[in-house]
Amino acid sequence: MKPDQFDDRSRSRRWFLRLGAAWSAALVACRRQPGGKSAAGEPRALGAPIREYGSRSKFESAKRFVQQERQAPLEEAASQTPLHETCGIITPSSLHFERHHSGVPDLDPATHTLTIHGLVERPLVFTVDELKRLPSASRIYFLECSGNSRSEWRSSGTTDVQRAHGLTSCSEWTGVRLSTLLHECGVKPEGSWILAEGADPGRHDRSIPIAKAMDDAMVAYGQNGEALRPEQGYPLRLILPGWEGNANVKWLRRIEVLDQPAMSREETSKYTDLMSDGTARQFTFYMEAKSVITRPSAGDKLHGPGVYELTGLAWSGRGAIERVEITTDGGRTWQAAELQTPVLPKAHTRFRWSWKWDGRDAIIASRATDDTGYTQPNVADLIAVRGLQSGYHNNGIQFWNIASDGTVTNGNRA
Amino acid sequence: MGTGRSLRWRISIPAVIVMCAAVLSVPRLRAQSPSFGVGRAPTADELKAIDIEVLPDGRGLPPGSGTARTGKDVYTSRCATCHGPTGKEGPQDVLVGGKGTLNTSKPLKTVGSYWPYAATLWDYIRRAMPFDHPGTMSSDDVYSTTAYLLFLNGIVGEDDVLDRTTLPRVQMPNRNGFVEDPRPDVPVKRRE
Repeated sequence: MKPDQFDDRSRSRRWFLRLGAAWSAALVACRRQPGGKSAAGEPRALGAPIREYGSRSKFESAKRFVQQERQAPLEEAASQTPLHETCGIITPSSLHFERHHSGVPDLDPATHTLTIHGLVERPLVFTVDELKRLPSASRIYFLECSGNSRSEWRSSGTTDVQRAHGLTSCSEWTGVRLSTLLHECGVKPEGSWILAEGADPGRHDRSIPIAKAMDDAMVAYGQNGEALRPEQGYPLRLILPGWEGNANVKWLRRIEVLDQPAMSREETSKYTDLMSDGTARQFTFYMEAKSVITRPSAGDKLHGPGVYELTGLAWSGRGAIERVEITTDGGRTWQAAELQTPVLPKAHTRFRWSWKWDGRDAIIASRATDDTGYTQPNVADLIAVRGLQSGYHNNGIQFWNIASDGTVTNGNRA
Repeated sequence: MGTGRSLRWRISIPAVIVMCAAVLSVPRLRAQSPSFGVGRAPTADELKAIDIEVLPDGRGLPPGSGTARTGKDVYTSRCATCHGPTGKEGPQDVLVGGKGTLNTSKPLKTVGSYWPYAATLWDYIRRAMPFDHPGTMSSDDVYSTTAYLLFLNGIVGEDDVLDRTTLPRVQMPNRNGFVEDPRPDVPVKRRE
């Protein structure tokens, strides 16, 4: 800490107080003058009227990151959540990351239906209205693309938290448990997988083990207190808590119960993890325990030594976050951060830690441990097992460098 | 009183018969869900239209056929703009080549080097291709295009006929290249 800076600050504070006192005296003088300005001070215009659907202040500008330099084809379309500009654990629906493969369809809930068939006693077609009549549930779950943090597998050290880790978001989802629907249809004993298929132009499809379908899977129609956003699957989507985003099929139109996985293009040629020996891991559904400091993070600037809150998000697809630890010395020592309660399983968990920065170079990072005892590893530990070719399911630790001038940059290096 | 009772019987016996018939027939006609009484049975035509996936063993394949020779024209007119004249040039996914590269520092994942099932290729072409006009290719065109891509990858001959019987028999080079998810793949320390 530099004592002269504090002197500067107290000097300016005294100056400000003197200015305030002078202004008050002037106001009192005005009020005493008959025929002067109104007793309440400057005239004020009325505020804006009420409106039917709200929007944020014109002074707010947080937005999803959309790659502008290269016109990505719709097949690769993705936008990333500004994690550094969200607070708490809920991602506003308008800032929830997007990833879709053939554009966002415009589906009418009055005509859209969900068909469940295959190895069931009673194949059924449900309307959206009928699904809303069934016992509902609301649950807060994160959703993360398996390709999130891929840039950090072989980091160039240039990305910020939004571009590196913004393919995760967290919402309160409302819908019907998939098990309720499958019980209504009566799954036959040989039914061991389901195929979930969307009504997007490319009919995106994934196979899911029946155990997950009968456990905590949901057919959701609500997100954060209102209908799903179109880009999140309106009017119906599958939610598979804790499992890779791609399997949470949006615009859900069909579920077929099968005795084997369908081996769709997505689950064979695309969302598989190539190891260095040439084999590929398949059906890598879980998103494992992970965390990242969102503030301060690359692009921020600390304004001199003093107290700063380090905050960020932690989550695990296998359960609840048990602890998050913070380092400010590049991983030599770690201290426990405070977790925002309630800590929900398979949901973003906000952590906070108060730090007194001494103004010297620092390397900060967080690491999460979930209630299975699994601790978030270094990226290098993952690469040692998986090799360099697979960037999917990167839950490695993210380091941020803080220079003595307060500049924050990406501290990951390949 | 006696008259009244027999009158009630005369009315109620047919009523019971009608009610029984209603109870037995309505659920069968409407096939609503047993606990909540919602939903309806899909018609055969509805299921045929929506049940589009093809399984690795060929279940779901429709009648029709094609060869690489017939597929060349289909590919050239409907696929080459995005995938290149011979499937190697892009700009979108490279579909041909890459054999023997998966365990190198520059793996090239193509239909020939990576895809484990020919049925998946058929399914995906019908499902989602051509990218800007999905759902516009005939079954014969899909069989032909599949055959052409497998031919370019050296997996079938130029005149080999692919249909619902022969296509599932095609052995893809990377058929056994996939393994189960072994994670957690870094040590897990249970806290005392």
